[in-house]
Amino acid sequence: MTKVLIPSGALGLGYDADALARGIALGPDLIAIDGGSTDSGPSYLGRGVSKYARASTKLEWQGLILARAKAGCPLVIGTAGTCGSDCMVDWLVEITREILEEQGLSANIATLKSEQPVSRITDALAADTISALPAAPEINADIVNDCTHIVALAGIEQITAALQTGADIIIAGRTTDTAIIAALPIMNGINPGPAWHGAKIGECGALCATNPQSGVITVDFDNDGFTITPLAEGAHATPHTVSAHMLYENTDPFILYEPGGHLDVTDAQYTALDDTRVRVTGSIWNPSDTYSVKLEGARVAGYQSIILVLIRDARYVENVQEWCDDIIAKHREKTCARLALGPGDFTVELRIIGQNATLGDLEVQETALTEVGVLGIVTAANQETAATIAKLLNPYLLHHPLTLLEEQPTFAFPFSPAEIDRGAIYEFVLNHVMVLDDPMDAFILTVLP
Amino acid sequence: MTQIREIAVKVRSKNAGPFWVTIDIFCGSDTAFDQIVKSLSTDRVASLFQCDVGEIKRFEIASLSVVKFSFPRPHTQGAISDRDMHGAAWAPLLAELDLN
Repeated sequence: MTKVLIPSGALGLGYDADALARGIALGPDLIAIDGGSTDSGPSYLGRGVSKYARASTKLEWQGLILARAKAGCPLVIGTAGTCGSDCMVDWLVEITREILEEQGLSANIATLKSEQPVSRITDALAADTISALPAAPEINADIVNDCTHIVALAGIEQITAALQTGADIIIAGRTTDTAIIAALPIMNGINPGPAWHGAKIGECGALCATNPQSGVITVDFDNDGFTITPLAEGAHATPHTVSAHMLYENTDPFILYEPGGHLDVTDAQYTALDDTRVRVTGSIWNPSDTYSVKLEGARVAGYQSIILVLIRDARYVENVQEWCDDIIAKHREKTCARLALGPGDFTVELRIIGQNATLGDLEVQETALTEVGVLGIVTAANQETAATIAKLLNPYLLHHPLTLLEEQPTFAFPFSPAEIDRGAIYEFVLNHVMVLDDPMDAFILTVLP
Repeated sequence: MTQIREIAVKVRSKNAGPFWVTIDIFCGSDTAFDQIVKSLSTDRVASLFQCDVGEIKRFEIASLSVVKFSFPRPHTQGAISDRDMHGAAWAPLLAELDLN
């Protein structure tokens, strides 16, 4: 048996402190929490920063460090600081040391770093050990060279190595969400099928139960299956909530690819033990012939300035598309003339909020509107150019008339200045896997002094 | 004419990684599940989302009364042309589709 306590789906989302205390009283073998994902977009990996405030991260991490001291088991976090870059591992180590000092605690810390030097990836490309996953973009050495951060997703092998150091606190860079949970049961000899499946169900905390925001659950692993127990007052796991979690953020609800193989839950059985706990059996792990890890990388796609205007005049609301099309044409011409730019050197988009800003061409509804917002998005090769192009857009959005003979109209800017510089914009460029001879080849495990 | 949202309990969409989106229709009952499975063709879903029908993965999960579709995002998450960082808005578009 191996009992893993999962406080929430991500550090920074909050957890129920009473439920955590209840979990500690149950004597877990491990406390595991995820620190990030790609879900908030490429900027976090591109810049190597955390999505969550340092203050939230520190407060929640402190709660877990204190819980760990009480439980006397290891605490592991995967994908530290949202993106799992090396600098985010260092950031969380710094926060950890602050907490330990302030609380008068001591703990052994190990780090697992997942960031990839560009040369390793370009060498692997040349050696043909990188392959594309479905819907991957085209890549080449130049694109890889442009990446500001590239990480590889660690699996159970690297987390197991970290656990075997005997560290109290393991701070890992990018890992799969599941590996930090599945590693210990598999290390303890439990079948990998239930271990990976229980990890997948548990990785978002109480999202697999009712009252999903309460966070805290335990997963009890044994050789034939696993049991999910949500720990917050009034939270229940049912066969429906647990099995439905396989749908979440998965393209295929039955198959999950991980480093070293894939999980198949087609024949899994979900049984209610009572009105709170669910037991799952029948999950199968299929090892692969080669060992590969997934890569994530981001590079700068340009620099942006944005501008928002609100339109309340009924005639302009009704004719807003025509108004925008006219502005785009006139502004493009002026920008090329005044800045000596070609039309391919920048992009300007006017998204009509209230009409189709969310779905663009896919929108099928047409509703009469009271007002619309027009969001201007300028992208160029550097911030100065983007800001200048947005400045050229400003007078059009403020005063552009539908017809030449009418009195000059004025529209509502909510801000002064109306333009907002967004800085560098990043894009994800990798959806690939890299074959490794040894799972540790692309990762660095360090026990901190 | 009946919209999917009138007979399903919930329709949700979300990224499945930066390059894919996935949409789950929680039908809520066997009857609604059967009706949606029967009357919602993958071709119609492809046409609604303007994507290639061959790229859509369709799952009919009777035990959960769920119909699920996954397909590559038309714009990679966070690309300059992407409008919806988390892939949230595909769901209402499908929920408002009239069933044949």
